[in-house]
Amino acid sequence: MVEASSVEIRKVNKYYGQFHALKDIDLSIPPGKVTCLIGPSGSGKSSLLRCINFLEEYDSGEVLIDGQLIGYETPGGRRMAPRRLRQMRSTIGMVFQQFNLWPHMTAQENVAEGLIRVRGMRKRDAMERAAEALTRVGLSDRMGNHPSRLSGGQQQRVAIARAVAMDPRLMLFDEPTSALDPELVGEVLNVMKALAAGGMTMVVVTHEMGFAAHVADQIAFLEAGELVDVDVPSRILREPEDRRIQSFLRTYHERNLI
Amino acid sequence: MFSLSTFLDAFWPLTMAARYTLLVSGLGIALGLVIGAFVCVLALSKSRPARIAAAIWVSYLRGVPMLVQLLVVFFLLPVIGIDVPAIVAAVMTTAIVASAYISEIWRGAIMALPKGQTEAAIAIGMAPRHSWTRIILPQAVALSIPQLINELILLVKASSLVSVVGVMEITRASQAQAGVTFRPLEAYLAAACLYLAINLCLAALGRWLEHRMAV
Repeated sequence: MVEASSVEIRKVNKYYGQFHALKDIDLSIPPGKVTCLIGPSGSGKSSLLRCINFLEEYDSGEVLIDGQLIGYETPGGRRMAPRRLRQMRSTIGMVFQQFNLWPHMTAQENVAEGLIRVRGMRKRDAMERAAEALTRVGLSDRMGNHPSRLSGGQQQRVAIARAVAMDPRLMLFDEPTSALDPELVGEVLNVMKALAAGGMTMVVVTHEMGFAAHVADQIAFLEAGELVDVDVPSRILREPEDRRIQSFLRTYHERNLI
Repeated sequence: MFSLSTFLDAFWPLTMAARYTLLVSGLGIALGLVIGAFVCVLALSKSRPARIAAAIWVSYLRGVPMLVQLLVVFFLLPVIGIDVPAIVAAVMTTAIVASAYISEIWRGAIMALPKGQTEAAIAIGMAPRHSWTRIILPQAVALSIPQLINELILLVKASSLVSVVGVMEITRASQAQAGVTFRPLEAYLAAACLYLAINLCLAALGRWLEHRMAV
């Protein structure tokens, strides 16, 4: 296992035109731990996650990966050189809600592509490494399939293998199970739990409160672009102080009582 | 009365003329693909002047009938001191007109790709040239095949227009045939059969390509 990254988010602000999407966010993500971002939709949790690998450009503040500012040369300064940004991104794995696998490539090719183009590996070595990564997520018998021939859960596991094969020091998950049929959620969560147990730093935007409760080391609750609270799961989920969290959890529980 | 023998006799000269039809439409689409790719790059560029240039190019070529453009080019070239055979003017005009449609077909195909496709490439640290050559273009090209075949079929038919500048393609040959035999119906029916045969082949080619490149 490569060493795990830490993330430091300081006074981050993000605007979409007039809309203030992230308001002075401060958040520490310790290395080797799982941080879940929860909150109602539109609260800014996905935007915050996407600021960590600069897929979303924050307008002010700092996002530091292992103490290194991402996206800008200096806080509030010029954009960093594209090559440097790519190098930083290549150590940060990302998993998307819609999987975003490349449909014209097989599962194995999907995983190998980054190794070849970004890591500069030879094709044969990359394919071998891809095979290992796919085996680890339980897909050794599906390597030659194109994404359209895989279930949602299998596709998401390929996407996780694609990210993990790059040896990231940090993994970002953007609602990784929200697009899945309920019976396929478990297989993806299991792969994520195994990653967490291996000591990976993980930031997970999720609506899976069960996962947040059992796997997260800390939970950050966002609403309307504000970070309302950060704490251990037991505090946030069992005895929340803020009324906004209480009301969010009430709605969640009511919906899940059937 | 319909004369079967005149009808059948018309096929030989028309088939000879079909070489020009295929030359004009084939070279037209080939050059059109190259110019269209270039125009598409301008249209998708971050630079505003480049986008405006592409927009003007596309608007003019789509907005003016090809017949008029052919005549303009044919009569303009000698004025500016360029003396080329009619066939060259015909091919160039066809290619340029095709480029406008092709650039739009490709722009549409590229825009139709989900944003997540490039985001996945960016997130993994891929350089733009690789995300273009490995992720975007292979999918966009596959996606555009049906429309490109459609454009090619339109060009085969539009190539009949180059008869007005004296290129002896199928349509002009059938007019000549009609004049010689005094049997226009047979001549034009033979031309119709020939066009149909060519385009059915192209449609079949298209379906085969689509199937092969299916993602």
